Amino acid sequence: MRRVSAELTRRELLRRAGIAFVAFQAAPALNLARAVALAPRAPDPLSDATGAVPTMEAFADTLIPGKKRFPGDAAIAGVVSDDGAVQAGAVDLLYFSGTQISEIIAPCAATMNARAAVFDPAAVAASPSVPPFVALSFEKRTALVLQLFDEQDGQLWEALGAVVFLAFHTAGHLHTADAALGGHPGLEWIGFPKPSRWGIWGWSPSSYGPSPLADLHPQTVGKGSPS
Amino acid sequence: MAFIETTDVLVIGTGFGGAIPAFRLAAGGAKVVMLERGPWRKTSDIKQDLQLGTYTQILDLVMGDGVEVIAGNVVGGSSVVYLAASMRAPSFVFERRGGGQTRLWPGAIDRGRMDKYYDLVERALPVSPQDWDDVSYGGGVFAAACKRAGWTCNPVPVAVNVDQCARCGWMATGCRFGAKRSMILNYLPAAVANGAQIRELHEVQQIRPATTSGYRYAVDYMTLNRDDYRRPTGGNTIEAKFVIMAAGAMGTPVILKRSANALGGMPDAVGRYFSPNGDHVSLAVFDDEMVQSLLGLNHDGVGYKAHALGRSIGTTTFDKLDADLPEGMRYALQQIYYPPIVNLMPEDGVDGDPVWFGTDKKALSKQWPSWMAVLAMIEDGNEGEFGTPPPWGNFTRLASAASLAQLTYRASEQTIAARAAAERDISDIVTKDGLAQFLRWKQTEATLTAHPLASCRMGDDPATSALDDRNQLRGHDGIFVTDASAVPTSLCVNPSLTVAALAERSVPFIVDSARAAGIDVDYDDALPGDGELTTLG
Repeated sequence: MRRVSAELTRRELLRRAGIAFVAFQAAPALNLARAVALAPRAPDPLSDATGAVPTMEAFADTLIPGKKRFPGDAAIAGVVSDDGAVQAGAVDLLYFSGTQISEIIAPCAATMNARAAVFDPAAVAASPSVPPFVALSFEKRTALVLQLFDEQDGQLWEALGAVVFLAFHTAGHLHTADAALGGHPGLEWIGFPKPSRWGIWGWSPSSYGPSPLADLHPQTVGKGSPS
Repeated sequence: MAFIETTDVLVIGTGFGGAIPAFRLAAGGAKVVMLERGPWRKTSDIKQDLQLGTYTQILDLVMGDGVEVIAGNVVGGSSVVYLAASMRAPSFVFERRGGGQTRLWPGAIDRGRMDKYYDLVERALPVSPQDWDDVSYGGGVFAAACKRAGWTCNPVPVAVNVDQCARCGWMATGCRFGAKRSMILNYLPAAVANGAQIRELHEVQQIRPATTSGYRYAVDYMTLNRDDYRRPTGGNTIEAKFVIMAAGAMGTPVILKRSANALGGMPDAVGRYFSPNGDHVSLAVFDDEMVQSLLGLNHDGVGYKAHALGRSIGTTTFDKLDADLPEGMRYALQQIYYPPIVNLMPEDGVDGDPVWFGTDKKALSKQWPSWMAVLAMIEDGNEGEFGTPPPWGNFTRLASAASLAQLTYRASEQTIAARAAAERDISDIVTKDGLAQFLRWKQTEATLTAHPLASCRMGDDPATSALDDRNQLRGHDGIFVTDASAVPTSLCVNPSLTVAALAERSVPFIVDSARAAGIDVDYDDALPGDGELTTLG
């Protein structure tokens, strides 16, 4: 049962992801260009009938956990008391035009949900109103995501994971100056330096002064190269 | 018959390897056209911005099997996005034998004979020493930690106009202050001033024999959509008497392999012997009280907590760049700042899965101002190999900046042993008496490097080198490879200065060949001067 489901979802992923890289490598150039042009567009998050948005929120929360946004927030497991990737805009970044991967989000969410349904059928059955991946506990989400990273398509899942990290650690859907001055939760968390009020970084003092902090290598030559 | 554009010299790529020969050949009187896959960015176009769709238009992350490479994709190539550390490779590098009997570098090249070209590019860029009062806090902490652990440590010379530098920490996405000495500030404007043309968003696909009498090679290219490089907008052909391959170590071998059938074969070494320069990154997370008490350092009420401040590379220890150590066990250890786009990489330091995400990793991220990346540049074994080229392009572009390459890298036992030795040294330096916590980067097999090299390397042995000692592609008169792919081995220092010096060294040979082929061109080693690239010519 599980094997069949996994195979089906993989096929589904490949069929629906118009720019999925496997096809991308195999197809001749013209077909590739057409595949890019004709790739299905991701659903508007506001009319997200497939549950891709809460599924991706749960995925993002597994990588960089946050607190629940409201009572009954199912997508966020709520294992910590600070803002996480979801509050930092992970789903916004996944769908952001500059990221150029919105085409593959729906099929990836579908795969994740199909995998979740066989990973913990009891949990999924107990929460029929949410996508299967969202129904999993934080521990089960983590275990399933580890599996995905470890499989043949691991690079694809890691690429999605990288986008989640870029949302929290770089506010990749926003201009950095706006995000840093505006209190973006990820940039705040990592202590990213603030720019000037004009949104420019620079001319910050950055040295401990003129005293040598170490002996130079005795065979240093020229402007400071090894010999 | 349809009109086919022709030129004396076609240069593929505009980084160090392309800009330098282009300037010298144009200045010498040749008609030069340069094709660049990436877009043109003026200094005034460069933003301090990590929004996707900004820096991702000029910086590529290319994922291979076992290796991930960061490379420039812009007029000026990696010189626009490099961290500008500019050191000469140590003498022993040129003498490496890789476990065999013969030198891996051509007999005509050693450090003594490279120094005149290093001198030239140090003046042309130019390169400046860093004084201690100009070394970043990170560089200072690393130096002081080295000293306390019994190591020497040097400020790193940089290709930066230090008087103009704002020490903003944004080197990797381009310098908006015009202080970092990129090709767009020296060789490229000089090339254009001498009549060279630069064409942005032109991605070369293959080289084949020319059809026009008097021309040797036809170069096919596609033009790319400015907002989405996955979408071609057209294509055409230019025929040239000479072709300079400078598409970088991730591009040159792919174009040449794709051209093998049309050109009647390629040397076996094209696309083999790829080296990530032995790059191996670890992370130190400093205890701020220990920085103050053990190292006696403080500023603004803290010890360090300044990961992102100042120029990105401050200090390096040369202690293991010792010619008397066995080959394979020599390396530089360098303090380096990477922007938070790589924050996924460090492991959380807590036993058990997951290692790079989850609650423990989030807690580690809160200490980001106390992080310090330390880059080991070891002697690797040139273990990388390119496979069958993709249908078009240098790799398969998934999104604006994320691509898959047909490149496999499997570190040898020797390389793994050298990385482990470097890790032990870094750990000894930074953890002494509880100064910092030592953490590894993600334990996948993947190597992350911004220093791809050697995929079309020079040498004396035709079986293991694609180029002769004059940078000419074996068996293909008039095709010269002058970029990082020509560098035979890892360098134990940041490669840009050596790539530039080798490109300078190649020019007199190219000029000799061009004159023999009837092109009226002279050689001169005048400096390119200083100025901004204000037109593509």
